Amino acid sequence: MAETRLKRTPLYECHLEAKARIVPFAGYEMPVQYAGVLEEHRAVRTAVGLFDVSHMGEIEVTGRRALDFVQYVTCNDAAKLTVGRAQYSGLMTPRGTFVDDLLVHKMADDRYFLVVNAANKDKDYAYLCAQCVGFDGVEVRDRSDEYAQIAVQGPKALPTLQKLTSVKLDEIKYYRFVEGTVDGAAAIIARTGYTGEDGFEVYVAPEDAPRLWRALLAAGREFGIVPAGLGARDTLRFEACMPLYGNDIDDTTTPYEAGLGWIVKLDKDGFLGREALLRQQGDGVRRRLVGFEMTGRGIARHGYPIWAGGKEVGAVTSGTHAPTLGKALGMGYVPVALSAVGSAIEVEIREQKVAARVVEMPFYRRAR
Amino acid sequence: MAQPNDRLYTKTHEWIILAGGEATAGITQYAQEQLGDVVFVELPAPGKKVEKGAALGNIESVKAVSEVFAPMAGEVSMTNGELETHPELVNQDPYGQGWLVRLRVAPGAADGLMDAAAYEKFLAEEGAH
Repeated sequence: MAETRLKRTPLYECHLEAKARIVPFAGYEMPVQYAGVLEEHRAVRTAVGLFDVSHMGEIEVTGRRALDFVQYVTCNDAAKLTVGRAQYSGLMTPRGTFVDDLLVHKMADDRYFLVVNAANKDKDYAYLCAQCVGFDGVEVRDRSDEYAQIAVQGPKALPTLQKLTSVKLDEIKYYRFVEGTVDGAAAIIARTGYTGEDGFEVYVAPEDAPRLWRALLAAGREFGIVPAGLGARDTLRFEACMPLYGNDIDDTTTPYEAGLGWIVKLDKDGFLGREALLRQQGDGVRRRLVGFEMTGRGIARHGYPIWAGGKEVGAVTSGTHAPTLGKALGMGYVPVALSAVGSAIEVEIREQKVAARVVEMPFYRRAR
Repeated sequence: MAQPNDRLYTKTHEWIILAGGEATAGITQYAQEQLGDVVFVELPAPGKKVEKGAALGNIESVKAVSEVFAPMAGEVSMTNGELETHPELVNQDPYGQGWLVRLRVAPGAADGLMDAAAYEKFLAEEGAH
């Protein structure tokens, strides 16, 4: 059987040294865990963790009409960005569903840096190239292989990273970034993350990544830093109810259904999906992504059916035992009538229906 | 890694201690390492009859669900209730407090199982893949 050759990030050797368990993910050989998911999860909530997220895609949009183009393909209002600001947004189909969710960084008036999901990168790039016809002078470039990305996350992320840079990190507000140097390497330092904690995402050239990784581990030692894998990344983002593309959102779900109406700016002129979203906003959604807590014994997992009143009414999109909260929690789509906090639902786990109750999202919110 | 030599092993990484007509079973050190942090254990009700190799229950880590297989045919006589509130015992003490079930078994039920030395050899061969 033909096997697609898996790619490795520039930090692959570092993961082997740290005795990571490596799994295939989005075409890469990625560390899923080092010491253990729970320990890594706890370290990020209470101290600091280090993630290799070099598999993420980086796509650059340049040209005089770069903003017009970004405005056309995404649902949030990129015109609100000034240089040095980033924005969470959706790359939209004409039906108002997600091609992907992404971060849009404004590097210059004619240059935007899009960070997209690894599993979607090729699809996104092809989609952007197809859509940019008619935007004179706009160039779309896949620069993913030119960047490694390291996420430093947790309450001790700032003092850890601060040891390696003269950039005043406490002056970078949430969802802003600066271009500077870290441990002597040119870097984009963004105060963003996917864990529900304070932290930074640092983009550097691949050749600088292993040295930076080791320097960060040394810098964070006094705080109890650990390398953290995709397993902890998933439980951390899950507790914070940050959507995972392919689980909680995809090209059949709209931002309104996913509770992401705040990233849709209908007052913005013609963008892909606007008509469909305008209609849905007028008519109201039929289903909503909700969070739930298992009240019976069991753990809900992606794809398990959701029942209510003897009928199958939806499906679980994400679910696990939430380490910080010590509860079995899940997210899934249910009809609007069942979306209010307190609604009783059931999750089908191995042919048994187990009771659950709709609860508020996010499950976890850090103290600020 | 030395395995306790007071018990028998399966190729699906369960262990069994036979005493009288009863078998106490759990999963091995190797199996718990592969699973990662165990957060939920689902075991059959006492009285349930199981065939050798049939699904006996489920162990869930943060990441995934894994089936546990019956190491021998028998009838469930007891399960480890402690795991309801402390599933992490499966990781911390797989050969002791992390035991899963006790089965009433027929004579000859242990046929084909490995002793500690054979299991260690099996693990070494598995690891060579």
